[in-house]
Amino acid sequence: MKKRTEMTVETVQEVALDTIEMKLNHPYISTAAQPGQFLHVLAEGHTLRRPISIASIDREYGTITILFKVMGSGTKNLAAMKPGMEVNVVGPSGNGFTVQETPARTALLVGGGIGVPPLYGLAEELQRKGIGVKSILGFQSRAHVFYKEKFERIGTTYMVTDDGTLGHHGLVTDILDKAGRFDHYYSCGPIPMLKAVREQLRGHPGFLSLEERMGCGTGACLACVVRAETESGYQKICTDGPVFDADEVIL
Amino acid sequence: MTDLTVKLPGMTLTNPVMPASGCFGFGREYSAFYDLNQLGAVIMKAATGNARFGNDTPRVAETASGMLNAIGLQNPGVQRIITEEVPYLAGYDVPIIANVAGSTIAEYEKVAEAFNHTSSVNALELNISCPNVKEGGIQFGADPDMAASVTEKVKAVSGLPVYVKLSPNTADIVTIARSVEQAGADGLSMINTLTGMQMQLSRQRPLLANETGGLSGPAIKPVAIRMIYAVKKHVSLPIIGMGGICTAEDVLEFLLAGASAVAVGTANFTNPYVCPEIIKQLPRVLERYGFDSAAEAIGRGHDE
Repeated sequence: MKKRTEMTVETVQEVALDTIEMKLNHPYISTAAQPGQFLHVLAEGHTLRRPISIASIDREYGTITILFKVMGSGTKNLAAMKPGMEVNVVGPSGNGFTVQETPARTALLVGGGIGVPPLYGLAEELQRKGIGVKSILGFQSRAHVFYKEKFERIGTTYMVTDDGTLGHHGLVTDILDKAGRFDHYYSCGPIPMLKAVREQLRGHPGFLSLEERMGCGTGACLACVVRAETESGYQKICTDGPVFDADEVIL
Repeated sequence: MTDLTVKLPGMTLTNPVMPASGCFGFGREYSAFYDLNQLGAVIMKAATGNARFGNDTPRVAETASGMLNAIGLQNPGVQRIITEEVPYLAGYDVPIIANVAGSTIAEYEKVAEAFNHTSSVNALELNISCPNVKEGGIQFGADPDMAASVTEKVKAVSGLPVYVKLSPNTADIVTIARSVEQAGADGLSMINTLTGMQMQLSRQRPLLANETGGLSGPAIKPVAIRMIYAVKKHVSLPIIGMGGICTAEDVLEFLLAGASAVAVGTANFTNPYVCPEIIKQLPRVLERYGFDSAAEAIGRGHDE
């Protein structure tokens, strides 16, 4: 169950251009969290909380790692926080990736930009469950790349940049067939990327993690809805998602 | 012991604080955080005749001391609200106010009439002020004759007290308030959001898919206070005040300006516990400023 609580900042570091990695400590949140869920983080002095996906969970040490891009004054304030300070969060929020019921032997992860972090926590979880992981990660340029070595330690990883400064020059969808055989796929990134990935991987079971500007983050305000093949015709990204069966949502 | 009880047409509130329409769904989500019995009342999300999907996303944007929203009255339709949502809220011992919206007067009538068939709803909040839909909403709230006409028609079909929710997006809110009072309204609810827009620099286009949205949050509180104060001078209807309330001190400001009760909206997003926290603080704040009860503070900002 999600709670509002204060999490203690353990480390803050810039891991790529305008990209901050923050490790937060909280015994309950770290125990309850699942890969693919998010924390709804209060940026001091701001009205709306920032939904930030969970990049890694360390239950033994009671920590959660989040990564976020510095976009405006809210994320700038967050980035300026120092170890020992407290961050007000509501979490763990949303439904994460379904890993346990996955009978897959190999999973393909396709991430774009700030959509990459939740896939890292998933990769760790898949590895723990003995499922093979192949990853295709897209970034704007070499300066924006993070977690390359971490993904490489878990499985074969293909890098893609928009400008060709690292790995394949182009889009993640250019090299989907390079990954070879896999049973399931998981993807997180901008909507046009998710659409293209889903289109190319049609026929494979897959899961998409969506992002959208949120209001309440608890399912009450209906700011972050997506059209879906459900009776109501929609799903709430904050509470029904952010992870959805690829065939369920209409992008 | 400071008495927080407030009497309004159709209901007696144990305290004057309730969540505002549209910011609280139908209560389920926030009941995961606290016991809804602590609330003075609950105003449900707007109901329309049929289910509505609402606007495209993005539907929200943060602003200085507030936010813009353009949800577009998404809701499952009045029938499903009555069969699926009202019974859930009725499980709590808290007055329920149903927010009624429509594109035409006939739709307002249909929705209002539907709520006659449940014994659990205490009052209607007539939404003639939603800035985020193309038809209906604000077009009824910006013109005194239209506002009076829809109020009269809804009063004629409804057996419940009707609180008309006024828009600040009008030249003269006092005229609208007088007009709906004459048309038979039992109370007022004010203010709805102020229409606004934000440009997204990276796209050089309006950020919201709907382009315009309703501005809410602390940024609009002084506008709400000013309008409630002005309306209170000329209208004798009880007012449910809203607009940027975040603290118990804010509640007292609204009471002094002339509100009999208040609704908290945007602040629920910043702090999901804001309503019970305000309710807990309110006796201390009233006491600090010399009031033995909430009722005593209503309209006191007008005394000579």
